[in-house]
Amino acid sequence: MSFRTYFDVEGRDRSDLAAQVGAQRRRVADRLKHVRHVVAVMSGKGGVGKSYLTAGLALAAAQRLAGGVGVVDADLRSPTVARLLDAQGSLAVGPDGAHPVTGAGGVRVVSTEFLLDEASPLRWKEPGHERFVWRGALEAGMLREFLSDVSWGTLDLLLIDLPPGADGVVDLVDLVPGLTGALAVTIPTEESGRSVRRALHAAAGAGIRLLGVVENFSGRRCDSCGAVGPLFPGDAGDGLAREFGVPLLGRIPFSGSVLACPDDVVEAVLARLP
Amino acid sequence: MEFAERQEPGDGTFAASFTCPACRRRIALLANPMETQMVRSLGVQIGGKTLDDEPMELVRGAVVGRADAFTSAPGHVRWSAEAAARLERVPSFVRGMVKKIYADYAAERAIAEITPAVMDQARTELGLEGM
Repeated sequence: MSFRTYFDVEGRDRSDLAAQVGAQRRRVADRLKHVRHVVAVMSGKGGVGKSYLTAGLALAAAQRLAGGVGVVDADLRSPTVARLLDAQGSLAVGPDGAHPVTGAGGVRVVSTEFLLDEASPLRWKEPGHERFVWRGALEAGMLREFLSDVSWGTLDLLLIDLPPGADGVVDLVDLVPGLTGALAVTIPTEESGRSVRRALHAAAGAGIRLLGVVENFSGRRCDSCGAVGPLFPGDAGDGLAREFGVPLLGRIPFSGSVLACPDDVVEAVLARLP
Repeated sequence: MEFAERQEPGDGTFAASFTCPACRRRIALLANPMETQMVRSLGVQIGGKTLDDEPMELVRGAVVGRADAFTSAPGHVRWSAEAAARLERVPSFVRGMVKKIYADYAAERAIAEITPAVMDQARTELGLEGM
């Protein structure tokens, strides 16, 4: 018996999967060429308030940047940022793509929040078995379509709220080679610092520009008198900033008041954009 | 061998046939649900894309979600994933024309989304049996 390989067979490869994948990537690049800065907000650890920071930063930036601000909620399985920005509704599909939902402050948002029933997890259609094999590819495809198939229009800043973990930002830069940079969020504790360090190493290893570190839950602010008292031990934000040679862009104390990103943090982040 | 035809019978599997341009011998490629899903997850199509991409094609076809997650912008007719899959089964040399017929039919009746039911309705009303 003799076998012929793919390259022995004559005729045009009509599937040309490489070209199809290349076309997908070009659509992302074409869509984002009208976006001035694309910034990933990441953390190796969950529960550090990354989505709160993303939402607060988007709101504050929208007041300062006339060209518009958008947010991609890349935390596909646990979407939060849309609700924080009071963005609700359906995605209207037109010939130019799906229209993002406009939230507070005119921030344009795309999130799985708009696709899922209340309290339903992100689920995929058949087959239901062995889903771990293909789930990663589907989630990557979903994020790609959130970037390429949404009519973002012209934006000064597009924030991408990544899920916890070290790999998300590396996958993202495959999709968005022109990524402006990444912002890391930690809480003061040593455990958080260790986890976020992995994400920063992953980002640096992928050649991603590190914009800086924000330390969240850095003490607790009294809603009455404004005094800041202790909350978590440690100074992970400062340590990470020194280790990676990037600025500590701010320390944000926990506060029970409305969603807001302190002015000094907003100004420090925007100052890091080229 | 040249790609000839692609079929997705709706049971999660995938079939494609290839023809030898010299002797016309045909061979088939059969993929089980797992293999089919792997390819589909990449948003690519064996045999190549013959129709323009619909916005959010992968998401709309793959996510189990709210019925009203997507709406049509004014004047735009969108294709459901099931209808798009059915259109893919139309022979490629007439597929573009058939797509336009259904799209015009929907637009004239202010139908926001083309589904298999809309396609059946159009076939009956327009006398398009076989399309």
